[in-house]
Amino acid sequence: MNFRAIGAIYVFEMSRTLRTLLQSIVSPVISTCLYFVVFGAAIGSRISEIDGVSYGAFIVPGLIMLSLLTQSVSNAAFGIYFPRFTGTIYELLSAPVSALEIVIGYVGAAATKSIALGLIILATAALIVPLNIAHPLWMAAFLVLTAVTFSLLGFIIGIWAETFEQLQIVPLLVITPLTFLGGSFYSIDMLPPVWQTVSLFNPVVYLVSGFRWSFTEISDVGVGVSLGMTCLFLVICLMIIGWIFKTGYRLKT
Amino acid sequence: MSPNDSPATPEAAAAGHTPDVAAGTAPIITVSGVSKTYKGGFQALKSVNLDIRKGEIFALLGPNGAGKTTLISIICGIVTATTGRIAVAGADINDDYRTAREMIGLVPQELTTDAFETVWNTVSFTRGLFGKPANPAHIEKVLKDLSLWDKKDDRILTLSGGMKRRVMIAKALSHEPRILFLDEPTAGVDVELRQGMWAVVRRLSQSGVTIILTTHYIEEAEEMADRVGVISGGELIVVEEKAKLMCKLGRKQLTLHLQERLAEIPPALADYGLDLAADGCDIVYTYDSQQDHTGITGLLTALRDSGIKFRDLHTTQSSLEEIFVSLVRSPK
Repeated sequence: MNFRAIGAIYVFEMSRTLRTLLQSIVSPVISTCLYFVVFGAAIGSRISEIDGVSYGAFIVPGLIMLSLLTQSVSNAAFGIYFPRFTGTIYELLSAPVSALEIVIGYVGAAATKSIALGLIILATAALIVPLNIAHPLWMAAFLVLTAVTFSLLGFIIGIWAETFEQLQIVPLLVITPLTFLGGSFYSIDMLPPVWQTVSLFNPVVYLVSGFRWSFTEISDVGVGVSLGMTCLFLVICLMIIGWIFKTGYRLKT
Repeated sequence: MSPNDSPATPEAAAAGHTPDVAAGTAPIITVSGVSKTYKGGFQALKSVNLDIRKGEIFALLGPNGAGKTTLISIICGIVTATTGRIAVAGADINDDYRTAREMIGLVPQELTTDAFETVWNTVSFTRGLFGKPANPAHIEKVLKDLSLWDKKDDRILTLSGGMKRRVMIAKALSHEPRILFLDEPTAGVDVELRQGMWAVVRRLSQSGVTIILTTHYIEEAEEMADRVGVISGGELIVVEEKAKLMCKLGRKQLTLHLQERLAEIPPALADYGLDLAADGCDIVYTYDSQQDHTGITGLLTALRDSGIKFRDLHTTQSSLEEIFVSLVRSPK
């Protein structure tokens, strides 16, 4: 294992984050605060409690997930797309590093960044709404698992994309709608039965549900199912990445 | 390990001569039957065999699109060969890619840099990527050698093209490679910097680093290289010691500056295939310096007999550039 290479990639990516602190950390925090103001304070004050939890507190896990998913995907996608775009990828391909080491470096950095972001949003939320975390360890586990899984997905998108437009399109057209429809702002129970069934095909439902359970012990689906589904996505992403490096897809000619 | 470690060079067979100097030292890079067909059917390389000797400076010449960069990219792991095997110091580039790649530093043709990084960070990054422990003293030396030391904290996007090129060389040298690939390293670099770069290359070569370079400036290959390979249309058409190549394929010309103008070549000298130049003031005799009988004595005697006097004479040998052009125009 070339640990120094992993370290080099990780440090490189993290320093890129620090260079773009405003865009990477500040802007998601501000937009999350706006969600809290609009949904939590303005609209939430007219919504009664959901399963005994105030609406403001109810949406916190969903909002964290919303940022976690979109940021994980876009960070990791950009991280690997940019060297492909500029051509500096030559260095990765000609270095004595394995596919696994490259993935650990890039995905590790992207996941670290979105976990930090999630924790910052959590801290921000704690200032606005009263929060109670029932299972901190489970919360941490879901946070890490989700960040890693969606950073892997982002990595795949970054390798697949051939233009900046394609790089943006998946987060915009797929991840954001799935997150909004994944129970970030409501409980699946509140939907008509047909849509409840449809929702079960949305992977984000399981993430939000499991994550929310770790806060409130309330969930739309069983926590075991949530965990299982998250791990399943993780494995699927790993398999796709394995295939990418085996075939050299979009990396080597 | 590759089965291609033997010094019985396939290149030698391809070039039509028996291994001589190479027989003593095992090649550091062995390219055996490597071909590459890109998606879409373009065949960039056609069964290339080549041995690079340890410690030499090898110049790869060829017109644009000949396959130089493809060959380098395959050896370095950026492009996958369609067929064939490559071993670097005995390590197969696929099966034992870590060993092979650790030894290689690559300066690609395109100026691709991390524009927002500082020079110091980008060079240190490469060293880490190649698995070497941090060594600020080495990086400092590399940057100083390449006159980049005072730019070490500058972001790459603020540098000129020539400086970016040197940053890429610094990156390639950051991990102390035993083999250095320079793909068109002096493109877009001014004369003074070019001299500085070649001085660095010479020093590296003296310290035992094997250097493979491609260049459009044939005079550079002529000045720098120990051996020259000419690639054209994806085929390695010749691999030869530079000196031998110039002797073998180079033609010499003897120019005689006459005392009096000649209207035409006298019939007595017809056998020598002479050309009149400079309005009849010069006679040019082209001969093969490799032959036992160059015909010079005979020519001079015939001139005396014909009463033609000359006031000066000089000989010229065709440059590598002329040899190159003639090789590429009429491949064997």
